Amino acid sequence: MTLALSGEDVAAKLEPQFPGSIIESRGNNLLVKSESLFDLASFLKTAPGLDFDYLTSITAVDYYDYFEVVYHLTSIKHNHSLVVKTRCYGRDNPTVPSVVSLWRGADFQEREIYDLMGISFDGHPNLKRIFLWEGFQGHPLRKDYL
Amino acid sequence: MAIKTEPFVINIGPVHPSTHGVFRMRATLDGEVILDMEPVFGYLHRGIEKLAEGRTYTQNIPFTDRLDYLASMSNNLAYVMAVEKLAGISIPERAEYLRVIMAELQRIASHLIGVGAFLNDCGAFMTPFLYMFREREKILDLFEMVCGQRLTYNYMRIGGVSQDIPEEFLPALDKFVRQMPSFIDEYDQLLAENEILLARAKGVGILPKELAISISASGPVLRGSGVKWDIRKADPYSVYDRFQFDIPIGSTGDTYDRYWVRIQEMRQSVRIIKQAMEQLPPGEVLTEVPHSLHPPVGEVYGHIEAPRGELGFYLVSDNSIAPYRFHVRPPTLINLTALRDMMIGWKIADAVIIFGSIDICLAEVDR
Repeated sequence: MTLALSGEDVAAKLEPQFPGSIIESRGNNLLVKSESLFDLASFLKTAPGLDFDYLTSITAVDYYDYFEVVYHLTSIKHNHSLVVKTRCYGRDNPTVPSVVSLWRGADFQEREIYDLMGISFDGHPNLKRIFLWEGFQGHPLRKDYL
Repeated sequence: MAIKTEPFVINIGPVHPSTHGVFRMRATLDGEVILDMEPVFGYLHRGIEKLAEGRTYTQNIPFTDRLDYLASMSNNLAYVMAVEKLAGISIPERAEYLRVIMAELQRIASHLIGVGAFLNDCGAFMTPFLYMFREREKILDLFEMVCGQRLTYNYMRIGGVSQDIPEEFLPALDKFVRQMPSFIDEYDQLLAENEILLARAKGVGILPKELAISISASGPVLRGSGVKWDIRKADPYSVYDRFQFDIPIGSTGDTYDRYWVRIQEMRQSVRIIKQAMEQLPPGEVLTEVPHSLHPPVGEVYGHIEAPRGELGFYLVSDNSIAPYRFHVRPPTLINLTALRDMMIGWKIADAVIIFGSIDICLAEVDR
């Protein structure tokens, strides 16, 4: 069985390195500040004992007040998993850092979120629409897009 | 005097026999050699995620059939399992076994298409493809017996499966699993050591192990590169922990290894089906689930090993009758991330088979 790591345990490991960057840990979730997401992610990827070498999935949810970007991380080495979340605010240009330089598998998924949810990924090498055409107005997966 | 040359761009697709649907490869070439390649898709985007947010959990099952339509049973399974996890529903044991049988039959059917189409791309036009269709036809007959459909099955339900198998199903399945290994032997005889296939596929389009993990590849693409990772073993769902089977892996990560892994997986699927038939318990196949199901507030990520890789559903519930968010983790879209790396430096004729070896379904890529 893939062991779902407890968010609190991982938070305890991260806290000394990145004080104040974890907002909440609940179940196997970890909610982190978007400013420190990239540093935290690279730590999670390389830290011995964590080794999250595999980014299973990225997606985003529109909660009206904020967007939540959800990362499902897996370690093939240890067969455990963790869910990392971050929030970004504002509907004009919400932005979170890109993790493509850590996990190349993020490439198309971040483009998909950009296309359909309208969240920009800072540092993405080729951020453009993926399914819809350039010039399409709006981002269909937002809750206010009808 | 040296001849002045410059790279030029050609579009392979969106409508092209080797793109398996509507897909475009924008290739930059130097003569025949590929310098750069950009995949372009979205031609089949139907907005299924958005549509699903406006329909009830049960109404969304037919949508999942239309994601990867070559593996509808697997899509059904991944979705209903995610909903059951979200709502905390347990299902009868007989239904679990029927689901496993259907999912493994579906894996064989899907790999038959994958391998057949790959061989088409290699230039063995239609002959192996029709050999494979011969067996796939039998699987479709079996599916037709249980649900009346041959492509979009809509067989699984939240809480089990829509109906029990008819009387004639098990004898027909038994006949199939006894025949299938000899058919796979026949493919091996024709293909495994075939000189032309080896020359075309061996060493072509190599995906190194580290890169395969980095790009989040899954399914035969990941295992072809030598990573022993199969959700059925790594994170067993349903009743997969009760069966014995192996995970075939490749050694070099070339197109031939991906082909080989698919052939071996069919043998393993037959093994699983045989065991499931022996253990199949009697009883109900569907638990009672409220008509308007509204799961408690929360979220869930459910995943299975679909024929093409890790198929996941991320669902968020706000306690209403429709999912607040319905996200599909599409294995083939993510596997396509590797396409550019695998193609650069190869000739355009190789591009076709490298692409074919990923075995994509555009309906799932674009959703």
